[in-house]
Amino acid sequence: MTDTLTPVLTAHWDQERSWTLAAYEQTGGYAALRKAVGMPAADVLAAVKNSAIRGRGGAGFPAGMKWSFMSPPDGGPRYLVVNADESEPGTCKDIPLMMANPHALIEGAAISQYAMGSDHAFIYLRGEVVHVYRRLLRAVEEATAAGYLGENVLGSGITLRVTPHAGAGAYICGEETALLDSLEGRRGQPRLKPPFPGAAGLYARPTSVNNVETIASVPGILLHGADWFKAMGTEKSTGFGIFSLSGHVANPGQFEAPLGITMRELIELAGGMRKGHQLKFWTPGGSSTPIFTDAHLDIPLDFDSVAAAGSMLGTRALQVFDETVSVVRAVARWTEFYAHESCGKCTPCREGTWWLRQIMERLEHGQGQPGDIEKLDDICDNILGRSFCALGDAATSPITSAIKHFRSEFEAGMHTPAAQLFPPEKSVLFEVKEAAKA
Amino acid sequence: MTGHDASGHLHVSAESKAPYAADVLATLREDAAAVVARYPVKRSALLPLLHLVQSVDGYVTGRGIEFCAEVLDLTTAEVSGVATFYTQYKRHPNGDYTIGVCTNTLCAIMGGDAIWDAVSEHLGIGHDETTSDGKITLERVECNAACDYAPVVMTNWEFFDNQTPESTIRLADDLRAGKDVRPTRGADKVCTFKEVSRVLAGFHDGRADEGPAAGPASLLGLKIAQERGWTAPVPPASAAPAPAAESAAKKGASK
Repeated sequence: MTDTLTPVLTAHWDQERSWTLAAYEQTGGYAALRKAVGMPAADVLAAVKNSAIRGRGGAGFPAGMKWSFMSPPDGGPRYLVVNADESEPGTCKDIPLMMANPHALIEGAAISQYAMGSDHAFIYLRGEVVHVYRRLLRAVEEATAAGYLGENVLGSGITLRVTPHAGAGAYICGEETALLDSLEGRRGQPRLKPPFPGAAGLYARPTSVNNVETIASVPGILLHGADWFKAMGTEKSTGFGIFSLSGHVANPGQFEAPLGITMRELIELAGGMRKGHQLKFWTPGGSSTPIFTDAHLDIPLDFDSVAAAGSMLGTRALQVFDETVSVVRAVARWTEFYAHESCGKCTPCREGTWWLRQIMERLEHGQGQPGDIEKLDDICDNILGRSFCALGDAATSPITSAIKHFRSEFEAGMHTPAAQLFPPEKSVLFEVKEAAKA
Repeated sequence: MTGHDASGHLHVSAESKAPYAADVLATLREDAAAVVARYPVKRSALLPLLHLVQSVDGYVTGRGIEFCAEVLDLTTAEVSGVATFYTQYKRHPNGDYTIGVCTNTLCAIMGGDAIWDAVSEHLGIGHDETTSDGKITLERVECNAACDYAPVVMTNWEFFDNQTPESTIRLADDLRAGKDVRPTRGADKVCTFKEVSRVLAGFHDGRADEGPAAGPASLLGLKIAQERGWTAPVPPASAAPAPAAESAAKKGASK
């Protein structure tokens, strides 16, 4: 039985200047890269495959398998692209990771590109986090100067390069093919698949797109072995992950735990709900994952258990809302977000999110019309599975799940504004914080 | 001024097309060459080059679009098509500081809506509008990946955690008064929009070592684990010294 929390990626965030190469090396950093370049690339890939690590960016596809699906080397370029476009509402794990420990990602990117036969990795960072970009740029400079990146890594003759790249504000660029288009200097719109990036990705070359946390987990896997990794988590969701609690818990924060921990345990670690309040609903993996209620507190937070319960583990972005919050208001705002971020490429999403927004808006204002709930369900049904990428599907998740669990609040939206039923000032945190400071 | 007319079309004013001074253009060309050199295919340089244009002009000007098109062998229509897709590229002169209040669901409910109302009223401007002194542009921003610090305000893309209406108004007043302002997690002071745009173009400003590694919420789980002696499993003895798996403070504490 492993411990309740298992800090690996977060283990040294409290160290003095933890983001520097010196601090990283002091805690054993780059030992895994040293080990990797002394091994055949196929063995490095096998280690990652054996760990059965599933992608930490939301979809949960096994990373080693993704790499092995890349078209075989043909002498031309191959790329690793790290998805650091963390923008899913509620998700806040990769940004603090890169802020506190950018070298874990750089080392992981170096090892991973070696494993997949690539010599160039890009880190596509969302543009709205300038200090994280500074830390990445500096980390690459330091790692290059120390011989961990460059043309002859640690005297091995192997070339490994990492180029951090800043985006410019577009949620859709978290979708892997939209990200690739954006990295190629285009509008960030998703591509038709197939071909998958493994066959024709960046510049139409074999490419693997992986999440920050996935890649940062690679050094530990390589150094300690797949069995060490698999000792944590569940059989089909191996290893550890960062769980991000936000909202109406007493102490929001990051908790690195084996996959399979429950929300009940996490809320307890976060000091329970804020004083005097009860849990109403929560998202297991960001706004794109169907909401859960207090009936779901004991579901193991692993990929399969959450899916079996009707939602998705996603990015473990656990947004917690108490009884003061109007579900209609919360969902209306998410819907506004999806309408704003829809890239416009496909009709169901471009038009559908717009319609959903209009209906959610009038429900929030107590001006719903007869048949609106059925219309929401109907529009969602016409978007889900019919849009070009997952953004359209995601837009339907909060709506259909909220109707399922809280239909009466939508019905109240026919005549009573959400703000009247749930006065917004009761949900704000200011008083709580002032009291905490005193 | 650039802006939309009633039909929604984008205007580009004459002055935004005025040619760059020779020295400015020379520096731009030099910087652009450095950006292009980072990529195997030069069109990949377009996003950083648009940030670079904003670092000189304070927004995406007509001349900036022409410059990018010329450097990358694209048409101005291709460049404009990209520039108008992304929210960080501004179509009219931006203030020295962008204050972005997160009004996505989580932050909005935790207080972001109240902060927005207060600061918008205080400054007398709405979304994507700029104070008459040219100091502050106000924006409603989407989730910025700091939800455990909600409600969050970004200033020139630096984090201001756990904000209140009062703290954000104070922040705006300080910026308008020309005072240095320190983000909660970020550089020692908030740089100007143009300075930050240059960093986003990939030109380091030497401030990476400023500011903290992490805020208290980021460290909460780690702190609890340390207090309770919780660790990841100890790796097999044959393995090399651990990089991150276990810390010396909690030897042999696994259950």
